[in-house]
Amino acid sequence: MALSALNPSLRRIPVWTLWLAGLAPAVWLFWLALSGSLGVEPIKELEHRYGELALQFFIATLAVTPLRRFVGLNLLKFRQALGLLTFSYVLCHLLVWLLLDVQIPSQIIADILKRPYITVGMAAFVLLIPLAVTSNKASIRKLGSTWRRLHKLSYPAAVLAALHFVLLAKGFQIEPLLYLGGIIVLLLLRLKLPGRIRAPDRIRRRFGAADSAR
Amino acid sequence: MAHRWQNDLTPKDITPEAAFWNRRALLAGLGGVGLGAIGGGLAAAQDAELETNTWEEVTSYCNFYEFGTGKTDPATYAGQMTTRPWEVEIDGLVDRPGTYGFEQILSEMTLEDRIYRFRCVEAWSMVIPWQGFELADLLALAGVQAGATHVAFETLLRPEEMPGTRYPVLEWPYREGLRLDEAMHPLTIMATGIFGKPLPNQNGAPLRLVVPWKYGFKSIKSVVKITLTDQEPPTSWNMANAREYGFYSNVNPEVDHPRWSQASERRIGGGLFARRQPTEMFNGYETEVASLYADMDLAKNF
Repeated sequence: MALSALNPSLRRIPVWTLWLAGLAPAVWLFWLALSGSLGVEPIKELEHRYGELALQFFIATLAVTPLRRFVGLNLLKFRQALGLLTFSYVLCHLLVWLLLDVQIPSQIIADILKRPYITVGMAAFVLLIPLAVTSNKASIRKLGSTWRRLHKLSYPAAVLAALHFVLLAKGFQIEPLLYLGGIIVLLLLRLKLPGRIRAPDRIRRRFGAADSAR
Repeated sequence: MAHRWQNDLTPKDITPEAAFWNRRALLAGLGGVGLGAIGGGLAAAQDAELETNTWEEVTSYCNFYEFGTGKTDPATYAGQMTTRPWEVEIDGLVDRPGTYGFEQILSEMTLEDRIYRFRCVEAWSMVIPWQGFELADLLALAGVQAGATHVAFETLLRPEEMPGTRYPVLEWPYREGLRLDEAMHPLTIMATGIFGKPLPNQNGAPLRLVVPWKYGFKSIKSVVKITLTDQEPPTSWNMANAREYGFYSNVNPEVDHPRWSQASERRIGGGLFARRQPTEMFNGYETEVASLYADMDLAKNF
């Protein structure tokens, strides 16, 4: 597959450039909101944009394994950063909701308990916490095969995150369903398939324990 | 009969120029028209701190799903809607059913200013200076028959000019309805302008309903059909999700939307650190309209 020809070039790109490019929109959007360039209701707009970026980084993270398996594109070295960027945007999204949107602590608790879409969103966030905490080399070494199992929590978390978006839409809207559909497809691609389609064993061996969550 | 409800505001306070040059000017309390000076009608329920939102806020942040579900979609796409000529079909239980041209309606109506709070079901709010006439006057023009109990409204449906209607977000055309006594209430107007200018398309040109004590989606835009009937008419949001959107949809801080609290709201225009403010019963028009619902369980008839 032609895309695998990109692998040598991709290997030369340092991961910090992804961090820089990935976090730039967070800062830029906050500046736009602050300066009045994000419309007349900047709080909701900022909250929604952060949430949308979180979903997009989530999808990018989940796409790494299928991209390598089916088209030979190797983005494994970026996956940790993509996952942590996902978590960063979830955190931004949550902080805007807590501090700028709802503001009232009693109502925040009531919302988490009473409103299904918020319950679902919070559940996704909680599932992501242990993943963010263990997204480092030391944890991978320490946890061994447990690390792989632990990081499969990203699958239910992704479904819950998309469901959170679907549940908050007013009327019948297509965009949230596209996110949910995309995530479901990325998860279905991980189902055990007949051996000939799966990546050759030697490739999987080469990446060892770090090649988790397929 | 126009002028049955009085703002304590004068027209000079709500020109676009005033809004432009004096962005957050206190508009209420400046006016010269005394409370209850005209007619035996209702006392004005204006609090002295009712300041209007700006032209930019009112015209850039809209829900008009016929042009898309994004807040700025209507401002972006509604320009292509043809509003001249415009006709309103009035039918059902009326003495003079037929098609009424917009100009013809205007020539019969007395336009007046109404500065109203506007509370969206999504828990944001604005204060908007409308120009329009009382719906009661328009209904009188058509002659309401004795058996009528409700009024149904429909928005224009013209897919070639309304890109949002190509998606089944709601069942088109957009429909709304009121009980006849709500429709006849002097607070209920058909608006034709804001800030002394004709309604921009995204705000429901050329003619829209404004019912200030109900959530904004009841105030149906770009009306082309009004039907007097003897039963509660189907309404779009209620058809889409009856659990979340009742027929009445009166602003009520004690009855939550299933997905969010209605106890507080955010006034548009406060920027990134705007504080929420408590939502008022009937959006602050309790004195005027509470009697319409005297015997009703408002939690049940939400």
